[in-house]
Amino acid sequence: MAEFKYTKDHECIYVEGDIAFVGISGHARDALGDLVFVELPDVGKAVSKGDDVAVVESVKTAAEIYSPVDGEVTAVNEAMESDFDLFAKPVNEEGWIVKIKLSDTSALGDLMDQAAYDEYLKEVD
Amino acid sequence: MPRYTALHDVHVSSGAKMGEFAGYDMPLYYALGVKKEHEWVRDGNVGIFDVSHMGQVSLSGAGAQNFLHKLTPSSFEKLGIKRTKYTVFTNDNGGIVDDLMVTKTGDDEFHMVINGGCKDKDIAWVKENLTADLEFKHYDDWALIALQGEQAERVINDVLGIDLSDQPYMSVWYKDYTMFISRLGYTGEDGFEISVQNDDAPELWQKLCAHGSVEPIGLAARDSLRLEMGYCLYGHDIDATTTPLEADLKWIMRKDEYDFIGAGQIKEPQRKRVGVKLTGKGIAREGAEIRNTNDEPIGMLTSGGFSPTLNMAIGQGYVPLEYTKAGTDILVNVRGRNIEAQISNMPFMPSKTKSMKK
Repeated sequence: MAEFKYTKDHECIYVEGDIAFVGISGHARDALGDLVFVELPDVGKAVSKGDDVAVVESVKTAAEIYSPVDGEVTAVNEAMESDFDLFAKPVNEEGWIVKIKLSDTSALGDLMDQAAYDEYLKEVD
Repeated sequence: MPRYTALHDVHVSSGAKMGEFAGYDMPLYYALGVKKEHEWVRDGNVGIFDVSHMGQVSLSGAGAQNFLHKLTPSSFEKLGIKRTKYTVFTNDNGGIVDDLMVTKTGDDEFHMVINGGCKDKDIAWVKENLTADLEFKHYDDWALIALQGEQAERVINDVLGIDLSDQPYMSVWYKDYTMFISRLGYTGEDGFEISVQNDDAPELWQKLCAHGSVEPIGLAARDSLRLEMGYCLYGHDIDATTTPLEADLKWIMRKDEYDFIGAGQIKEPQRKRVGVKLTGKGIAREGAEIRNTNDEPIGMLTSGGFSPTLNMAIGQGYVPLEYTKAGTDILVNVRGRNIEAQISNMPFMPSKTKSMKK
């Protein structure tokens, strides 16, 4: 079973070696509603933790995706631009929006694990 | 503390996502979600909307028509009884205090529906200008339910046993003084707004909702539906700083000379409200800067979002006159990125409202 990590802004992260697969949590996916547009960054873009890395737009609103880590964008999921159903897939499969090569793997310690995120969702709901 | 409509409990128990609008805790969307709600109304079904946050007021007395000729730029001389007109209240500068529907309910009697977010201000404005021979009432214990969509006439017949097939667009029907049904709306579809006392509203809502063609629709889809029609949303597309001419509402203004409030301040406009279609990829929302093809700022979007019917992003905004022609290429800047766009005629698709004649 894949191990996911989460931010308070509902990004979902899966780490494989020094690559972070960044997408949105199922909670975020449901809250956004019908998706209509995704704006992806350029491959090679350097990002710091907290920077905007992508924007997901639904009929209702625009949601910024913040980088949960420092690093460099190594891949963007262009298939998402035309297939919004991919957002509902797990981030370690087709549900990732960007892949970021981590400059410091120790920074992952701030992220919530599944149990902590589930608790967090109860609080914010 | 937010205000509640008489239907608040009904929305909450039906699982609506609630949010603040015009000071009220209102349903933003229901189980279907915004896009499907929008399509439900456009695709031949019927949406039911709680619009009870809007203000229902009346004006009566011998000088009522003259009073409206002072507060609005429209003429009510030829308006028949039970007929409705869209107009605005103007301020001393010729700007817009609010937009509203005015229905003539008697020789010296008019009923008005004003925006929820403006009603305190509007009521104060009317009272400030009121003369002693006029009576002004606020029906704050009345609810307003909109039924919008191609089958709305049939739903009313099925559920209430009222045949409105002969009722013209922009007119009101009533038999006694317990229910008023106006044929109009904010979606571009055929439809009605039903006014009943708060106590009667939940039962009426449930009965209409139980009809197989009816789904409840929240404010989010109400907004995308009205945007496709190019209708103004007060506080966004029109406000105290926009004149009716700038807002491209010349059609509501009387042709003869008349001295309504602010008339002398309404000059030939330098800018106009236009429709905007995004031809490039992306969504632009209210506040996005409009630029010409030389990348120079020329205006701002006052509304914007995704049109489920056209499957593209659309908006409204103000631009200088030289850019108002449909088809003019422009750019809309979103998060620092220019998206290709064009000035568009409005409505963005044909309205399906009924004829006003009958």
